[in-house]
Amino acid sequence: MSLQETHASQSMFLLDTHCQRKEGILDEEALQVTQQLLSSNPDFATLWNYRREILMHLETVKEKDEVQKIYEAELAFLESCLKLNPKSYGSWHHRCWVSARLPRPDWSRELSLCDRCLSLDDRNFHCWDYRRMVVKVSGVPVAQELGFTDRLIGSNFSNYSSWHYRSTLLPLLHPESPESPSPSHEPPQPSPSHSPQTQSHRVCEEQLLKEYELVQNAFFTDPNDQSAWFYYRWLLGRAEREEMISCVYVSRDEERVAVAFSRPVNAQSVSLLLVLDGQPQKVEWKSVHPRFKHSPVCICDLPPGTISDITNEHNLTVHWTEKYTHRDCALYTGRTESWCRDSATDQELFRSELSVEKTSVLQSELQSCNQLLELEPLNKWCLLTIVLLMRALDPLGYEKETLAHFQTLKEVDPMRSAYYSDLCSKFIIENTVLKMEYAEVRVFSITDKNLTTLCHLDQLLLVTHINLSSNQLQQLPPQFAMLQCLEVLEVDNNRIENLEGVYHLPKLEEVLLKNNKISALADLQPLASCPKLRRLDLRGNPVTQAANIESELTALLPSVTDLLL
Amino acid sequence: MAAEELPSEFDVVILGTGLPESVVAAACSRVGQRVLHLDRRSYYAANWASFTFNGLLSWIQQYQEEPQPKEVQDWSSLLDEGEELVYLSNPDSASISNLQVFCFTSEEDEEEAQSSDLPNPTEEKAVNEDTDVKPSADSNEEATTEKQETVGGAEEEQVTPTEGEEQDTDKPHLSTAQSQLEPTRKRITYAHLVKEGRRFNIDLVSKLMYSRGSLVDLLIKSNVSRYAEFKNVTRILTYRNGNVEQVPCSRADVFASRQLSVVEKRKLMRFLTSCMEETEEHQAYSGRPYLEFLCDQKLGDNLQHFLLHSIAMVTEDTPIEEGLAATRHFLRSLGRYGNTPFLFPLYGLGEIPQCFCRMCAVFGGIYCLRHSVDCLVVDKDTNRCKAVIDNRGQRISCSHFVVEDSYVGKKAAAPRRLLSRAVLITDGSVLPSDSDQQVSMVTIPPVAARYPVVKMVELCPSTMTCIPGTYLVHLTCQSAGSAYEDLAPVVTRCFHTPDSPDQENRPSVLWCVYFNMVDGSGVELEGHGLPSNVYVCSGLDSTLGHEYAIRQAELIFQKILPEEDFCPPAPNPEDIIYDGENPSTPAGEEDEDGAGEEGKREQSQTQE
Repeated sequence: MSLQETHASQSMFLLDTHCQRKEGILDEEALQVTQQLLSSNPDFATLWNYRREILMHLETVKEKDEVQKIYEAELAFLESCLKLNPKSYGSWHHRCWVSARLPRPDWSRELSLCDRCLSLDDRNFHCWDYRRMVVKVSGVPVAQELGFTDRLIGSNFSNYSSWHYRSTLLPLLHPESPESPSPSHEPPQPSPSHSPQTQSHRVCEEQLLKEYELVQNAFFTDPNDQSAWFYYRWLLGRAEREEMISCVYVSRDEERVAVAFSRPVNAQSVSLLLVLDGQPQKVEWKSVHPRFKHSPVCICDLPPGTISDITNEHNLTVHWTEKYTHRDCALYTGRTESWCRDSATDQELFRSELSVEKTSVLQSELQSCNQLLELEPLNKWCLLTIVLLMRALDPLGYEKETLAHFQTLKEVDPMRSAYYSDLCSKFIIENTVLKMEYAEVRVFSITDKNLTTLCHLDQLLLVTHINLSSNQLQQLPPQFAMLQCLEVLEVDNNRIENLEGVYHLPKLEEVLLKNNKISALADLQPLASCPKLRRLDLRGNPVTQAANIESELTALLPSVTDLLL
Repeated sequence: MAAEELPSEFDVVILGTGLPESVVAAACSRVGQRVLHLDRRSYYAANWASFTFNGLLSWIQQYQEEPQPKEVQDWSSLLDEGEELVYLSNPDSASISNLQVFCFTSEEDEEEAQSSDLPNPTEEKAVNEDTDVKPSADSNEEATTEKQETVGGAEEEQVTPTEGEEQDTDKPHLSTAQSQLEPTRKRITYAHLVKEGRRFNIDLVSKLMYSRGSLVDLLIKSNVSRYAEFKNVTRILTYRNGNVEQVPCSRADVFASRQLSVVEKRKLMRFLTSCMEETEEHQAYSGRPYLEFLCDQKLGDNLQHFLLHSIAMVTEDTPIEEGLAATRHFLRSLGRYGNTPFLFPLYGLGEIPQCFCRMCAVFGGIYCLRHSVDCLVVDKDTNRCKAVIDNRGQRISCSHFVVEDSYVGKKAAAPRRLLSRAVLITDGSVLPSDSDQQVSMVTIPPVAARYPVVKMVELCPSTMTCIPGTYLVHLTCQSAGSAYEDLAPVVTRCFHTPDSPDQENRPSVLWCVYFNMVDGSGVELEGHGLPSNVYVCSGLDSTLGHEYAIRQAELIFQKILPEEDFCPPAPNPEDIIYDGENPSTPAGEEDEDGAGEEGKREQSQTQE
């Protein structure tokens, strides 16, 4: 039969089946016809649907043994469809459906089918999905499944599916022993919000060491294979930061309270209770910038006059009721502001990337990565992992090496140089925050470091003076509005086009924006929301070339007395 | 034998059924040439043949007997004017020499006393008495007929490896063998080997097929592959510091290897990746030994050993160009069919020439075994071979004549190089592992100064070359002395034999044979004082792959038919499109492949 003829007769068939379905014909003949059609094209969802209708009907009229037979035949037919197209959505879906309805399912047969299929293509995700279903329903022991990943990884370790599957099995089989100290250690009181899952994705140390060895074998064998590196990063762990109030700041002049959290919260819905001198206060919590609902810093304004008298002392407590945590802050007589915060260590602040492991483990991992780097000085995965390990071990001590590695990364992987620049900026900011913490000052300065992005701005809640001159910044993002104490902002010699984040900063007095890319008056609009702005340096910006700029600026920013154009 | 005369006219007459001859036969027949393919022997594939155990015993016996001088018959009466006769040399029986056989297992069927409760021991005994001890002329005959059956029915047998007949007799034996294996290993007796002899397929040559070598390419291209089945060599081993170790060569092997440190893994992978392409560094070493280059890479002893002996499989003084080429050949073949670069045909290498013969027959080639050519009829003016005269005095005209080198023997380049071969039947693997069905390629560097590098192939029963409970081990090297002198030291090191009684933990040798074969590589295709349309196929070469034989066959084919395509794909019976309205009439090509095939095979058999 020629190809064209086949086509013609197929469409005739199709038309027939369509009519039959409409007429509600649900007999075995229709089953036969759809089978014929599907065997030439298994990706025909409508026909599968029709088949399901027929099968469900047959279930009601046939004996159980007959039904079993019909479904077994269906499985055999599906096998032939999968041979035709092993990635057919329709066939796999239908197989799931059939397997679930089969009166006496033979799961071991299904498992061996999956194994056969995966041996032909170990990345067939349809098959992986189906297999997961089979394993779940038939209750295959976890240990056996881990052995299955062993086998797959052994035959080809460039396979995310196997590694990922492993990462879901290990915590079940070798859970972290409860007595081992963990940074996210919970207080003994019950905490319903902490589901057991968040804790149980960790693996006991003995097994971890074995996994390190396994994955090292993979990345030493082929350091360009990313699947092993991603698994490695999973192994090294991502700590969950404890949910807490990290800082409470109160300002007498503005009669404002700012609260910083360890993770972003929704200012509108977060359950906060402000108690002032023993009296709960009804206040409206809001985010620092209308652009985001979720923010790690929330602010509220106290009713006018509550704390404005400088001769009074006030005690303030902020309760985060759903997390059973709170923080106190005392505003003493004669003080215009006050705050209370943890003396944050680097551990708590920034090691969330790779933090769970003991230093000795990380140290030996760093050693083997360095060994690999010696052999493969230009391998980006190795470089990046080393950077992460160094950060986890001693971010300040390794600062120089880290920066050098970033330089290499940008050269060997120019496609992602912007990503590396941003990541590097993040680490520089983290290091500067740490240094600031140790020095206990409220001045933050990163100049001439090629910063491309700003982050961790919630850590800068108390900063009064920031100097970001001579970097590559293009904007001051909305998060910048978290700098509630900021008085002086220096960002000379950047590429700033956008000042969105300089928004309602109550104490901001000076903005130095020399040699940036501010081109329109509208871009300066956010500054109008800062009531105390006195001095503005706009020299070297395109906007200064505009006609009538001076008068328009005066109209826009009436508080500015010292305008440099 | 049929007294019927052969047709008296062919395009190509080929004498000898070794691999290159068979490939030439298939290639010529495939493009429409009339081919007559003869072999004086009673079996196919000449020195490329595989034998049952009993067949091998008769083969040995035949070579141990003194060759009877053949009287030269005068066929000058068949000549026309302007023609002369050129006699072929007597087949050179010296192509096999220094045959030595050892049997280290008890000749008696000692299992009888211990296992009298086993099923039908009496029947076993009866069979033994028949074929045991002295392989008579009878068993010789038997073996050869069996062999012919294999040629004809190769496909059927492979499709259903357990035929009814086998199930009757072999299943009980199989279970006996296994039950014997459990308590002690040394239970398989000589009698058992003989009794189960037909389940062995013992190759005279020992080669492996590179997955991207020219033989595999040709099998695929020509569709001859459908006549055979293959198994992957599952691991590469090497003998080092008195131990057999696995050589990690694929990415998965390197990953899984327990003997390499992670740094070694990286160095090995990097070296293997870097040598795929010619670099300036390689050029800087031009002409210097590959080993020197490896040393300078600071790879360490482990890796250097693996790279030199197991992957490149070269010697310490091989120049870098050759070493790199060998390494690349190895690496290119890796991963095509499995974790090693090699394939092995089920039922032995002797299958391969037969597959090509079969292709030749399917396209009309005529086959006669035990049939030879005595002399050539040469036109004096043109110095071309016009016809051949067979050993029965029939004049058969032909345009081209292809002959195996043993008929041209004497005049060939003076001192012929030899290969040393040993075939062992052992009771265990040299490196036991989880699976007892491993096919291993073992490289053995010189055991001492002036000893050659030995290549060892260990075949498991699932390759259909030996019986359950045994392994078939082939050793090959270029001769320095006799086969026994060259290979016995390796055998005593790797196995438990009466000469190495202390190695109880090594597999025992049950039976073995040593012999030398002529290394035919280097024999010229043409010349030898022969007419210009006569081509000589050299015999075996010492390399592991089949590149030499296939290249030679292609060269000969191109000289015969310079305009024609070499082994174009044969039509697949399933691909033939029938006319929808008239399905009962098979297309012409189907005839050739289906019913016609049987007919032709019958024809070729009657000719014998």
